[in-house]
Amino acid sequence: MVDRLATLTTYRRLATASMRARAQYRLTFGLDFAAQLVAGVSEFLAILVIFHHLPRLGGWSLPEVAFLYGLAGISFALTDALIGQLDTLGQMIRMGTFDVFLVRPLSGLLQVATSDMQLKRLTKAVQAGAVLTFAIANLHIAWSAGKLVMFAAAIGSGAAIFSGVWIAGSAIGFWTTDIQEVVNSFTYGGNYLTSYPINIFGVWTRRFLAFVVPMAFVAYYPSLFILGKPDAVIGLPALAFVTPLIAVLTLSVGLGVWRAGVRHYRSTGS
Amino acid sequence: MRAYWETAVRGYRRYATYRGATFAGAFTNTIFGIMRGSVLLALLAARPHIGSYNSSDTLTYVWLTQGLIMVTYLWGWNELALRVVSGDVAVDLSRPIDFQGYWLAGDLGRALFHAIFRGIPPVLVGTLLFPLHIPLDPRRWLAFVASVVLATVLSFSLRFIVNLTAFWLLDYRGILNVATATWTFLAGLLIPLNFLPDGPRGVLEALPFAGILQIPVDVFLGKHQGLDLLGALAFQALWAAALLLTGRLILAAAVRKLVVQGG
Amino acid sequence: MIEVSDLRKTFTVYRRAGRLRRERRQVTAVDGVSFSVEPGEMVGYIGPNGAGKSTTIKMLTGILVPSSGWLLVAGLTPARRRTELAKRIGVVFGNRTQLWWDLPLRDSFELLRHIYRVPGADHRRRIAELRGLLDLDPFLDTPVRQLSLGQRMRGELTAALLHAPDVLFLDEPTVGLDIVSKARVRDFLAQLNRERGVTTLLTTHDLSDIERLCPRMVIIDRGRVLYDGGTAEIAARFGAERTLVVDLAETRPPLHLARGLVVRTDGPRQWIRFRSEEMTAAALIAAISEQAQLVDLSIEEPDIEEVVRRVYTGEAVLA
Repeated sequence: MVDRLATLTTYRRLATASMRARAQYRLTFGLDFAAQLVAGVSEFLAILVIFHHLPRLGGWSLPEVAFLYGLAGISFALTDALIGQLDTLGQMIRMGTFDVFLVRPLSGLLQVATSDMQLKRLTKAVQAGAVLTFAIANLHIAWSAGKLVMFAAAIGSGAAIFSGVWIAGSAIGFWTTDIQEVVNSFTYGGNYLTSYPINIFGVWTRRFLAFVVPMAFVAYYPSLFILGKPDAVIGLPALAFVTPLIAVLTLSVGLGVWRAGVRHYRSTGS
Repeated sequence: MRAYWETAVRGYRRYATYRGATFAGAFTNTIFGIMRGSVLLALLAARPHIGSYNSSDTLTYVWLTQGLIMVTYLWGWNELALRVVSGDVAVDLSRPIDFQGYWLAGDLGRALFHAIFRGIPPVLVGTLLFPLHIPLDPRRWLAFVASVVLATVLSFSLRFIVNLTAFWLLDYRGILNVATATWTFLAGLLIPLNFLPDGPRGVLEALPFAGILQIPVDVFLGKHQGLDLLGALAFQALWAAALLLTGRLILAAAVRKLVVQGG
Repeated sequence: MIEVSDLRKTFTVYRRAGRLRRERRQVTAVDGVSFSVEPGEMVGYIGPNGAGKSTTIKMLTGILVPSSGWLLVAGLTPARRRTELAKRIGVVFGNRTQLWWDLPLRDSFELLRHIYRVPGADHRRRIAELRGLLDLDPFLDTPVRQLSLGQRMRGELTAALLHAPDVLFLDEPTVGLDIVSKARVRDFLAQLNRERGVTTLLTTHDLSDIERLCPRMVIIDRGRVLYDGGTAEIAARFGAERTLVVDLAETRPPLHLARGLVVRTDGPRQWIRFRSEEMTAAALIAAISEQAQLVDLSIEEPDIEEVVRRVYTGEAVLA
């Protein structure tokens, strides 16, 4: 146990070291927060503009969609902040940096993640949090202990689901470093999709997001429960309670794909 | 003149080598097209007509802009800045070819490659999945191509200026990131400028960014006819010229700085 | 400390054949390599480019899993006990860095201390020793990206030794270094092996590295061990040999020299092989000047490709 704690501390040190390195470039460090803020605000402005033209989208009001957006956004931002660096795996393999990681007594995955933790990625969490606050202030949610638990679980589970997808997607880089951009469709695409109520999408998309890449459980199902809305997708609002299970499953699959990727890398080289 | 042509060809070829990345990028552009289209379908079901767009106009807008992202290289073009930081830019400056023209030629070569391999594929997929508004009038297509070329030049002129900041700040990345985030929205990628309420729309449609995505799409959709069409193309051309000129002035200042400080 | 038996590694290489098809080829990078290294030995592992050196090192350090064969490093199977082995070995890659690019060198050492769980007192002691031996003080607080190659290499060596590894793997550590830096690195490695008995495997394609440091060398070519024995024998044959390349004022028939053999001519340029123990370069140049007018000259050290070629043609003593 002490050993594990010490290892966690090591990763923390690696993460803070990478932040210190970034902070040396003061101008970019500061401006990056601004850039993230602009990007986040632009995303939400797009939603606002949609609601300028109609009062409800797929049966969801603006504060309700804002709630969805905020919840999904926080989960995404946490994931991005923790493991977003996995996007550079292809580059690390090409430059031989990953080999340096393998020669150290640490996990390859966590070394990649902590190699460049960028605080700017948390800007989205703050912005999404602001939107969430606006949403809660304008909704009349009948809070209960169950809903509070669901709320907390949603954020953690959402981050776990995004993480599973991100890790699995990045692991493609072990097989071919060329097409890693495809992963962006799932990670950043996932961020986009989870900001909207799933029921506005076509039936196949809905099923895909519920059963294949279970993004529907990041914010949609938990929100149905918290907001007390009926489920238009499968018809089981209680599905929200499956969220933590889905989260564990997705993360496990993601880690499994990663491990397979490392095995492949270690047997075929680069 | 030949030198510019060769630079353009080299620009095309350089990007043509990235086969896997190009495929992956086109895939991503397509997926995002599907996602944005799906979201807007829900809006269009309730309100098919927004501004001057009907439903298929809006969907065409989504797919065209997805295709145009790489043609106009909206995000993160930093080739020039990298050469400034490494010092290699001195080689480019010593060439007997106009510096800005050299970079523009290369960019146009690149734009052609991206038009073919990252512009057309998503739009093709879009026509299969969504009811898009594809014009049959060859004159419209001609006007569209002209507009896209102008849009690329316009986008280049902006990117050129932002990259030049590297001459003063080796740490240029933050500025590039902020600029990119800003003009992504202002160009109308996230939502058609058409959809905005009148006040903001008026402002944004006067800015040069409207010429990067919004105008080419509107030309394609036939929203500009006759004199109005000339007006739209002129808007792009004038802004491009103004920004290219600004870029040249900034470049001159950068060269002066280089000569004074050395390296 | 290191035991390798019939080690093999085969890669499947894809090549584009025509517009859309790809063809598959099996490339055997390591083809039945066997050798062992005793604790405290310093062995050179040398071969031409593409011989399979880096692939062997990657298998020894746990990065790559062998196709077949058997290997033990510090009593552990690298492929299966990667993280355990990592604590017992130190690696220096010539062409990639282990250090943190944007941070002061000192910070890299501090981070590595935590990664390898080195007790504070031990860490301080080792840093102090290595600082002295490698003269790190002038640039200990400089960001790694601003270091010269020679300084960075000294930093990499320190980084690899902070956790007192049992085995040190050096993969082309002197590549790109100037003569002064090379000498410095070599002196340090020699002293390290002499005084601490750190088992060292030095991979390089620079023959003179091995001559100066390793009593024993293994020559590998095309995935196979060509020679495994004393460096002295090889050095005796080739080490003292140099080639003087002279540009004469005009094309002439090959020069007649008592202690030099013209092995090649090309117009006014002649390649003269000589043994530096028999005649110094200076004396040779003087002898040439008596016969012809010299315009320009350069000296070529024997390179490993040459050695390998001559080993193949039977000019050297095989293991």
